[in-house]
Amino acid sequence: MLEIQDLHVKFHSRDHEAVGGVSLRIDDGEILGLVGESGSGKSVTAMSIAGLLPRKQCALRGAILLDGQDLLLADRSILRRMQGNRIGVVFQEPMSSMNPLLRVGVQVGEALRIHQPELRPEARRALVLQAMADVELPNPEECYRKYPHELSGGQQQRAMIAAAIVSRPSLLLLDEPTTALDVTIQAQILELLKKLNAEMGMSMLFISHNLNVVRKLCARVAVMQKGLLVETGSTDDVFHRPQHPYTQRLIASIPTRHGREVS
Amino acid sequence: MNERKEPHPTDLVLEVQHVNGGYRKGGLLGRGGYKQILFDVDFQVRHGQIVGLVGESGSGKSTLAKLILGLLSPESGKIVHHTPRPQIIFQDPYSSLNPAYDVEWILEEPLRVYGKYDRAERKQRVRDILARVELDERFLSCRPDELSGGQRQRVSIAAALIRRPRFLIADEPVSALDVTVQAQVLRLMRTLREELDLSYLFISHDLNVVYQICDRVLVLKGGVIVEQGDVETVFRNPQHAYTKRLLAAAE
Ligand SMILES: Nc1ncnc2c1ncn2[C@@H]1O[C@H](COP(=O)(O)OP(=O)(O)OP(=O)(O)O)[C@@H](O)[C@H]1O
Ligand SMILES: Nc1ncnc2c1ncn2[C@@H]1O[C@H](COP(=O)(O)OP(=O)(O)OP(=O)(O)O)[C@@H](O)[C@H]1O
Ligand SMILES: [Mg+2]
Ligand SMILES: [Mg+2]
Repeated sequence: MLEIQDLHVKFHSRDHEAVGGVSLRIDDGEILGLVGESGSGKSVTAMSIAGLLPRKQCALRGAILLDGQDLLLADRSILRRMQGNRIGVVFQEPMSSMNPLLRVGVQVGEALRIHQPELRPEARRALVLQAMADVELPNPEECYRKYPHELSGGQQQRAMIAAAIVSRPSLLLLDEPTTALDVTIQAQILELLKKLNAEMGMSMLFISHNLNVVRKLCARVAVMQKGLLVETGSTDDVFHRPQHPYTQRLIASIPTRHGREVS
Repeated sequence: MNERKEPHPTDLVLEVQHVNGGYRKGGLLGRGGYKQILFDVDFQVRHGQIVGLVGESGSGKSTLAKLILGLLSPESGKIVHHTPRPQIIFQDPYSSLNPAYDVEWILEEPLRVYGKYDRAERKQRVRDILARVELDERFLSCRPDELSGGQRQRVSIAAALIRRPRFLIADEPVSALDVTVQAQVLRLMRTLREELDLSYLFISHDLNVVYQICDRVLVLKGGVIVEQGDVETVFRNPQHAYTKRLLAAAE
């Protein structure tokens, strides 16, 4: 499905590479977890796949193959067609990708408008409302008409997930998609993702610092630190037999109800 | 309700008294209708307390924060502050940090506004707070959009703390942080409570985090506080069905 070969990303404004040679593979129908230190390059890796890095501010090296085609060599028009059609993206911060002046429903339907222009408006609206219901947004009709700032943080996050899945892409990039969600809704979203994965074979890159969630959803997990991949393996191995010191520290600091000794 | 004695007035940091609040739609006169979000919300924050606010997405947590800060007016009820200049760490650092300036400017600005510190002092304070949220000095020259999500969140924490508030509302302050940094930031918030004599309203959907850092907890459901009490008590022995469900789901 997706293969990243020795990806390097360097921002001109920085001395160090944000991504310093990452190789990763996501198989057809696989959900790969990506965890790691804050600032380790997880989002930059995802943005590279989606073709959404500001090309003028950075240099990319390596290859990102989506079904054999190198996305780094593809020109803008091909990329744009792939993004949304083949690749759906859920960004880490909802408001960074939402247009404050457009109604939520319109934005959720954006991918359909671009990639399935033949759809009649009523059919599109129905798909949008269905996607909004799928992500557990209360009262989809009402949310459809709202502006992004009129949604709560968790509702914005769910609207963005709806926008990413509405056109049923074959690869879904999820960057911290459940940070603003309480446990019950989070569990429902995870169920939805599992269902899309099982029924449609949708492949996913699931970035999260919430290790419990990663454990529930992903069969395989990759760990990043300082722009490098320090460990990849089955979720079971990585959680029970972490090899790299950073992974060991990460696993050890999963917060539990037992430790109340923060200070 | 509790039968405790009336608290000594100076012991209180914040009083929220029977507050009803929500959003008016469109038009200056709010003719587009009114949607009530919070119903008869009533609680207090005492000196040195960290009060957790938990509840499902959309239950009104951020709306309550806006009311306390005066960004929204209550329809009825009263909010009484016993400290000057409450600060907030917004849920969404992306929209709350000024994108036009670099981190150094963003952190220094509030100090400049107070006019109490000279240039060298300001620079020193900026570096101190940055170190305490585990950010390297090289980020000083970055604009917010050049940071990772977790880095941005730490800048917004630093921007609130550098003002040395006595009362701080933290709206999901650690949601984007990986567990190691999260633990460090929680430690920092506890330390500052002692150092700066700081009280918090700590909004989080993460019950483990709330359990770790908070003294008291308020449980909000559909805009109503369905349960409040000491963290140990509520977690050990939840009374309301919703609290029970919440705790069970977090296991
Ligand atoms: N537009 C940019 N210009 C310059 N540097 C950037 C830019 N975007 C990201 N960076 C830097 O690249 C590094 C990797 O960032 P990235 O957003 O991928 O981290 P992350 O692993 O997603 O972290 P987090 O868990 O905090 O979201 C960081 O040090 C960040 O400051
Ligand atoms: N500006 C607004 N205008 C109209 N309705 C709004 C506005 N802001 C929020 N709401 C609605 O008010 C309700 C409460 O929102 P609030 O942001 O307080 O929730 P929250 O508890 O903070 O949720 P989350 O955990 O998702 O951040 C939601 O249903 C939301 O859609
Ligand atoms: Mg990120
Ligand atoms: Mg909120």
